[in-house]
Amino acid sequence: MNGNYWSWERFSEAFPYVLEGLTTTVGVTISTFIFAMIFGFVWLFLRRIPLRPVNWTVTWIMEFIRSTPPIIQLFFLYNAWPVVPYVGVTLSPFACAVIGLGVHFSTYIGEIYRSGIESVGKGQWEASTALNLSLSDKWRHIILPQAIPPTIPMLGNYFIILFKEVPITATISVQGILYMANTFGSQNWAYIEALTIVGLILLVLSYPSAVLIRKLEVKMNTRFDKNAEIKEINKGVTS
Amino acid sequence: MAEPIVRYQDVHKSFGDVEVLKGIDLDIFPAEKVAIIGPSGSGKTTIIRMLMTLEEPTSGDIIVDGTNLWKMEKNGRMTEANEKHLRSVRGDIGMVFQHFNLFPHMTILENCMTAPIRVKGEDKQEVEQRSIEMLERVGLGDKIHNYPSQLSGGQKQRVAMARALVMRPKIMLFDEVTSALDPELVGEVLEVIRDIAKNDDMAMVLVTHEMDFALDIADKVLFLDEGVIAEQGSASDVIEHSQNERLQEFLSRFRG
Repeated sequence: MNGNYWSWERFSEAFPYVLEGLTTTVGVTISTFIFAMIFGFVWLFLRRIPLRPVNWTVTWIMEFIRSTPPIIQLFFLYNAWPVVPYVGVTLSPFACAVIGLGVHFSTYIGEIYRSGIESVGKGQWEASTALNLSLSDKWRHIILPQAIPPTIPMLGNYFIILFKEVPITATISVQGILYMANTFGSQNWAYIEALTIVGLILLVLSYPSAVLIRKLEVKMNTRFDKNAEIKEINKGVTS
Repeated sequence: MAEPIVRYQDVHKSFGDVEVLKGIDLDIFPAEKVAIIGPSGSGKTTIIRMLMTLEEPTSGDIIVDGTNLWKMEKNGRMTEANEKHLRSVRGDIGMVFQHFNLFPHMTILENCMTAPIRVKGEDKQEVEQRSIEMLERVGLGDKIHNYPSQLSGGQKQRVAMARALVMRPKIMLFDEVTSALDPELVGEVLEVIRDIAKNDDMAMVLVTHEMDFALDIADKVLFLDEGVIAEQGSASDVIEHSQNERLQEFLSRFRG
């Protein structure tokens, strides 16, 4: 190597190659997130079943999924699941990634839904009952409009966390940016430029999103407090 | 006298092992103003919360305008009421809460309009006009497009009353509506209640610690103590002529 560990030429060669994996990385992230958002409802409903054994079992399963590293879950799904008798099936790397990471993240997202609903006080339910609103009107017009906004920044945060987690699917040969960089590296006996590009792509995409989400969070925190909002605006004017 | 609009028959209520109400018998007549007084924890609030269907009685019956609130007839047998039955009966009842419970994501006009439109399917323009009139009546005509967070506690409570009144209930329940307010805001809320009591012909039940006020507007005062109605009668009967020691002791605490 002798001082030739970094080459801009190789950098520009690696760039389009790695970039080819971006569609896959973003595609897996979005598909997984959608899967997790849908599956999150499953946890939410299961936990609302007012039977202690059910509740206990569900909580335990969620805890188990959450405290096991996603990479082990992916390996299990990809390598071990196909040989499990009766229920085992071989899944494509993409399907494994979406299901594996999706189920893992759905446990967090289910909790976000729950915290959103619980953030609406008991008094709101009671006032809705006193006004004789139907159950569906209570949910649609009173509870959900208050429960959803605070969950949006939290969901956004998990989206970014997921985006940064998706590269581990390279280990089950999902051909995203990390996989492409690694392939480039092994073909050219030089990893540094390609892997740097992966880091740069992740940074460029996740940093602005994080900033955006932080802004969203401030907005959501002051959303019903019009005075605070006005104060916030005035602060900008006077200072 | 006319038929009672609400009748409690031997109503009991327990929370876990604690029996809060130990057999309540009570008639409330149309347009009657009833004040419930008594020490904290005596079950005052629970009495009206059961009528609003926020708590289910452990036993006994509550009859609203001839219909059993918590029980219904099914296949010739009396069974526990379902939500549909509760909805059909509770439409005549309105309630104002200690902590206002306004909907923070709606303007105060929308707070008032939601239920008449969604529950009763009334005409939107008609409801809007009525809501504005009602908000003017409680002195908030200039704030109809504000959000609850922009109002003081007293203003919020007045909105809560307007919101309940727009539904035109036959029975209005007031659950310690001034307890969460700063002292200087209590007066404006009591004024509104006094106005309603004087000009509207609905029945009113007030759970309150504002003793002088309660005695002033109430046709009937109940003294609730340890889960039973220990004394009831007209304000002057209860206050001046009662021999009940606990009541005298309770009242003396307010007279200082």
